[in-house]
Amino acid sequence: MITQHDIVIVGAGLAGLRAAVECVDQADVAVVSKVFPTRSHSGAAQGGITASLGNEEEDHWEWHLFDTVKGSDYLGDQDAVEIMVRDAPRVIYELEHMGVPFSRTPEGKIAQRNFGGHTRDYGKKPVKRACYAADRTGRVVLDTLYDQCLRHQVKFYSENYVLSLVFDGKRCAGVVTYDLATGELHLLQAKAVLLATGGCGRIYKTTSNGFASTGDGIHLAYQSGIPLEDMEFIQFHPTGLYPLGILVSEAARGEGGFLRNRLGERFMERYAPMVKDLAARDVVSRAILTEIREGKGISGRGYVHLDLTHLGEEKIQERLWEIASFVRIYLGIDPVYDPIPVQPTCHYVMGGIPTDVDGRVLMDEKGTIAQGLFAAGECACVSVHGANRLGCNSLLDLLVFGRRSGLAMKQAISKVEHGTLTKDSLRATEEKIKKFFNVRGKEKIGEIRQRIQLLMMEKGSVFRNEEGLKKGIEEIRSLMEHYKNIGAVDKRKAFNFELMEAMELGHQLSLSEVILFSALHRRESRGAHYREDFPVRADRYFLKHTLVFQTPKGPDIRYKPVKITRFQPEARVY
Amino acid sequence: MLIKLKVFRFDPEKEEKPTYQTFEIEADPMDRLLDCLNRIHWEQDPTLSFRMSCGHGVCGSDGMRINGICGLACQKLVKSFKEEVLIEPLPVFKVVKDLVVDLGPFFEKYNSIKPYLTTKTSPPDQERKQSPEEHKIFEEAIRCILCACCTASCPVNQNKETEGYVGPAALVRAFRYLFDSRDEASEERVALLDQKDGAGGCQTLWKCTEVCPKEIPVTKQIGRIKKRIYDAR
Ligand SMILES: Cc1cc2nc3c(=O)[nH]c(=O)nc-3n(C[C@H](O)[C@H](O)[C@H](O)COP(=O)(O)OP(=O)(O)OC[C@H]3O[C@@H](n4cnc5c(N)ncnc54)[C@H](O)[C@@H]3O)c2cc1C
Repeated sequence: MITQHDIVIVGAGLAGLRAAVECVDQADVAVVSKVFPTRSHSGAAQGGITASLGNEEEDHWEWHLFDTVKGSDYLGDQDAVEIMVRDAPRVIYELEHMGVPFSRTPEGKIAQRNFGGHTRDYGKKPVKRACYAADRTGRVVLDTLYDQCLRHQVKFYSENYVLSLVFDGKRCAGVVTYDLATGELHLLQAKAVLLATGGCGRIYKTTSNGFASTGDGIHLAYQSGIPLEDMEFIQFHPTGLYPLGILVSEAARGEGGFLRNRLGERFMERYAPMVKDLAARDVVSRAILTEIREGKGISGRGYVHLDLTHLGEEKIQERLWEIASFVRIYLGIDPVYDPIPVQPTCHYVMGGIPTDVDGRVLMDEKGTIAQGLFAAGECACVSVHGANRLGCNSLLDLLVFGRRSGLAMKQAISKVEHGTLTKDSLRATEEKIKKFFNVRGKEKIGEIRQRIQLLMMEKGSVFRNEEGLKKGIEEIRSLMEHYKNIGAVDKRKAFNFELMEAMELGHQLSLSEVILFSALHRRESRGAHYREDFPVRADRYFLKHTLVFQTPKGPDIRYKPVKITRFQPEARVY
Repeated sequence: MLIKLKVFRFDPEKEEKPTYQTFEIEADPMDRLLDCLNRIHWEQDPTLSFRMSCGHGVCGSDGMRINGICGLACQKLVKSFKEEVLIEPLPVFKVVKDLVVDLGPFFEKYNSIKPYLTTKTSPPDQERKQSPEEHKIFEEAIRCILCACCTASCPVNQNKETEGYVGPAALVRAFRYLFDSRDEASEERVALLDQKDGAGGCQTLWKCTEVCPKEIPVTKQIGRIKKRIYDAR
């Protein structure tokens, strides 16, 4: 079946929904999502959204700009960061007007809290910049935007899995979806397609990401000839619950919690004398793992303690209710009285599909625009986060660039007509599915996935080196061979999750190769990318963005310059 | 420890009636039931269908009936069960396959209560003011994750004769907007809720409150809606 819409948005997280809300007044908009919209992983965001409102103390967008650039280890494009931080207060007020139930100050303004790397006066001391609704910020924003979409009659294709992008010549002209409920394939034709498919944290064993974060959109773009930017930069959040990896938001430290090692020492004082536990995430994650490597993990094991016991029950219940509930349910301890065992957990991908500041996808280092294709949110790389994202800057990125993509798409579609797509566009995808059902392979999806996840933890997480990365790439390539032999057991149509997982696994494998490959070629340490064999930042050689292209011979690497406007790179100390 | 999961299986397209299948797996006491289901799906039987997403009780995908009580599979740990656990889909809704139910009607009801802030005055340049006390009134209601456990457990919704009742989940969201100091449509909201199948459908049976995975005092909130309706009459 072929159905036409002006705009098709893939992804119902905050990026996709914000874009939908923006363009639904002038376009026929459809949102496709593999999970029901409010199950999108944006709902798991806990801590908040940054904006220099100055509701709690003096703040300025220039400070926010500096912190973001420094946090990015000078790899963020400063023109884009400036657009984001200047737009931030407007974004927050707009959400508030839509109904987001933010927590409040005694004067009735939106409350703000501390978050890692956000400081006053260019790094002097922490500043309260993150707007929040207790520790369920993402969830309430997601609900509010979803409700806005219902109100404005956005068309949803829920539990529809996008299998491929469709091109009409060079123009992206739609997507092929697999309807989970019926098992049918549909071709959704569009004048503009937005990828807002989120991150790929599920490539790693220990992660704060949901099961759906398999990087589908990122890889669909890569397969279609779009390069991937800065994929070596994978953020490990310092405080995942041990051993599950479920996130304990930085809000816990923002509200005054701190980390301790086996000796009870507040070790962050040594690593970041100025802002201590509120340093940027890459710094804190490395500090924790260094302590553990030196035998100072709790009981000599792979975790340290996050201590909230001095905050008192009332504050914990009021501001950190969700987190406290996770700790109680999953560890059976009470953070009011007991320190929480934590370890770094894979959290966020800074890299992704290269875009300009209006969500237009870029095809090469010269900035050639891919017609009809847009990207926003975690799957995109604008780049505002560079080598390391600051806490609470992601939701801001989703909202600012989700909206801008919506505006740009509205403009773009006014100049194009639907092309003539035939059922041929479906055929290639149909063949692929048929093949999957017919292969009598012996390999199991679950096993291959487990091997990728372990391998990526070992070779491609916080600490990396040449030998490990090379070996990792080899192993991924051998797993790709195994992947060709996975067999389908479930041949039924309705809710055949096996098929979806098989497709996701293909994305995960290929993205793992890109991550390791990009990391191998960046022979320096910057932000979240730390090379034991090249432990310092080398601006002379690597103050540039990585672009990896898919070629018949495997990944090919090129680079493009970083946009620097106000802040020249300096040593990064916290 | 060895745990047995007795799981409801049904493919309405091919089968006339449901069956139960028992799976055995070796699990860690700290594993979630969701981990067990995943391992069954990955290692023993890929045809077993169930929904899941975040795995830690914020997305609301994996509501199901566990030993007769509705809850989230990702919030239940193996250690809290003896040998065998009975796993069935949420009641009230039509089974699509195995543990997957059709939540279409649930979201239609949700949508019917106008789940969005309605204002008539134009907003200020900055935020609309709201005191912490005003915010606190609906603080518990915004924990709702739309997992549908409450509505599935409600005897009124379970009863064919009264199944038109909008249900506790929709009412929690209605409460959240009715009692939001910024909302300017309380008259319309009250009229919308003042119906047999609206707040009036609640028989104060407390099942919703008992099962809510986010500990929302659902029944009390519905009670406050009823009082508001009463005061407006
Ligand atoms: C636990 C946690 C806490 C966080 N807390 C914060 C915070 O406090 N502040 C902050 O700024 N950031 C936070 N982040 C980061 C931030 O939440 C994410 O980066 C962001 O939510 C990603 O949003 P998104 O819209 O890009 O994608 P998502 O919300 O991940 O949504 C992706 C969407 O794409 C759909 N999709 C994907 N693939 C397909 C496909 N093949 N076919 C169809 N649909 C598809 C999915 O169904 C989903 O709807 C947190 C992240 C995590 C994991």
